[in-house]
Order: sequence, then structure tokens, then C-alpha cells
Amino acid sequence: MRLQYPTSIKIIRVPCTGKVDLLHILRAFEKGADGVYVVGCLEGDCHFNNGNFRARKRVEQAQKILNTVGIEGERAQMYNLSSSEGPRFAEYAVEMDERIRKLGPNPVKHAKRKAA
Amino acid sequence: MIVADRKPIEEIIGEIKDKKNILILGCNECVTVCEAGGKKEVGVLASALRMNFLKQGREVKIDENTLQRQCDHEYLEEIRDEIDQYDAVVSLACGVGVQFMAEKYFELPIYPGVNTCFMGATEERGVWTERCQGCGQCMLARTGGLCPVSRCAKRLFNGPCGGSTQGKCEVGKETDCIWQLIVEQLKVLGQMDNYEEISPIKDWSTDRAGGPRKVVREDLQQ
Repeated sequence: MRLQYPTSIKIIRVPCTGKVDLLHILRAFEKGADGVYVVGCLEGDCHFNNGNFRARKRVEQAQKILNTVGIEGERAQMYNLSSSEGPRFAEYAVEMDERIRKLGPNPVKHAKRKAA
Repeated sequence: MIVADRKPIEEIIGEIKDKKNILILGCNECVTVCEAGGKKEVGVLASALRMNFLKQGREVKIDENTLQRQCDHEYLEEIRDEIDQYDAVVSLACGVGVQFMAEKYFELPIYPGVNTCFMGATEERGVWTERCQGCGQCMLARTGGLCPVSRCAKRLFNGPCGGSTQGKCEVGKETDCIWQLIVEQLKVLGQMDNYEEISPIKDWSTDRAGGPRKVVREDLQQ
């Protein structure tokens, strides 16, 4: 397919999105990630029944916490697709990249650099 | 177990906003099981607080630790050597742990990180319900193992009252009338004689009415 997607995105592979914990998402932001999105299987199609639903809930929790501490919650997102949808994967990557570019860099990263 | 719920992060931030060295201290027992104050919740709160302070441009040291229990001297002593470096502790233990911490390390402000709710059971993941109020004189032997002190809104001992409708309590339609359940249970156990017997007035002096309580076991004391 040779599809293009933004180079700003770093992929971390997990066996199932159910493996992604709230702490993983928060730590990523704490370390300076501008955005985090979790791409899971289509809802209802999880190989482990409810891994992607768990991931969605955790992303929502992360959004709430981020909003509380003054970081835009929309920097964390959940997407769903089936494993054969390469074009959609690239679409989501572009969408997320644009979303984050509009929001600008993670304010924590900025503050961290200043402190250092 | 003792069931607690997470405190809003805003509230905790409000309490510790002027501090510079903070320890977030979890507890490995009840609050871990009810997912309010275990190692993971310590990590989540610490991460949120770090981001909050960083965003404000303030350098605040936030450390994480989780003890086996915060309601025993021996476990609280484990942090004796490190505690001096902090100017505040947020304890994610139940109210017992927070107080024990505050008594032991009395020169340090200890802030509660959870709202302690009740003694209860895990109905399913994410749902906990009250089962015991620690009244000090257990009467479960006569009520088929179901407690009217903690589960009847009126704490009736000769129930049900007139507010029981189709097995539900008048306080809320989602609440079972415990006396309905007690009668059903006594029938199953063949103990309806217990129900016929009028319960005498309960001695509430062993409940909170008698002030703070104490259990002393001389056979165990050293």
C-alpha cells in the first residue's frame, strides 16, 4: 500500500489495547508527549472480548485527569479500526497530527525545558 | 474491607498547593482492593500532580511509596528514615491510616487522598456496597446472616416497616428491603422462629453512641 502518515507519530505496539493502562498514557504526557492516541479493534470485534472497551474507558479517564491539571484532554484520543484498514490508520494519524498541531506543544514539556 | 473512593484531584491540589516536597503514600490493603489508594492510584495521582506543578512552572518533588498497611506501627516505621525530607504527605489509606500517620509523624501535615466510605463488599468490579457498621454487638446469628443495622435505613430490629414495597426500600427503589431478604433467608434456613421472637432494645453503647471505642485483649497484650 505504501501509505504515508506523519513522521511525528511513534508507534508503540501492544498485544491488545486492553493492555494500555491509564498510567502509560499519563506517563507519556508527563515525559513530554504532545498527544497520545490508542488505536484498537472495532468495538465488538475485540479478540479478547472487551479490551478495546477497557482502553476507551482509560482514555476517557486520562482526558478527565489532563483537563483537571490544565492540559487539554483532547490530546488523548481513542480510535477504532479493523486490522485490514491501512488507509484508515493513515487517516487517523493525519487527523491526530492536525489536532495536536492546532493545540501546540504539550505545556508540561515547555515548562520542563524552562526548568532545566 | 474498608471501602474508599478517590478524592477529586482538584481538592488534593488545593490542599498541597504551597508544598515543595510531597510524598504520596499508598496502602496495600483494603484501598488497593477497592482501587482507590493502592500502588497504581499512587502512580496516577503522583503523575497528575507532577504535571499540574510543572505546568504552573513550579519545581515540586513528588515521591511515591506504598506500604503494606498504614494502620500498624511496624509498617509505618519503614519510612521513618526518609520522612524528614518531605514537607507534606498525601496518604491514600483509609481514615484510619491517615490518622495513624498523623499521630506517628505529628510534625508533618498529612492530607487524605481518598474519601473513606464504609465497610463493605465488592458486588462486582467497580461496585461496592455497605455490609457492616461495626455496632459492636453482632446480631447476624438471628437474622439469617443479613444485617439490619447497616442495611436497613431505619436500623429496625423488628422489621420490615410500612415502607417496604415489593422487596424494595422506600428510601430508594434500587435498595433492597433487608427485612424482606431476612425473612426469605430465614424461611430457607427453617429459622422463622427467630423472626417471631421480638428483638429487645439494642444496647447502643458499643456503637458510636458510647464515644470512640477500644478493644483490649489482655491475653495478647505484652
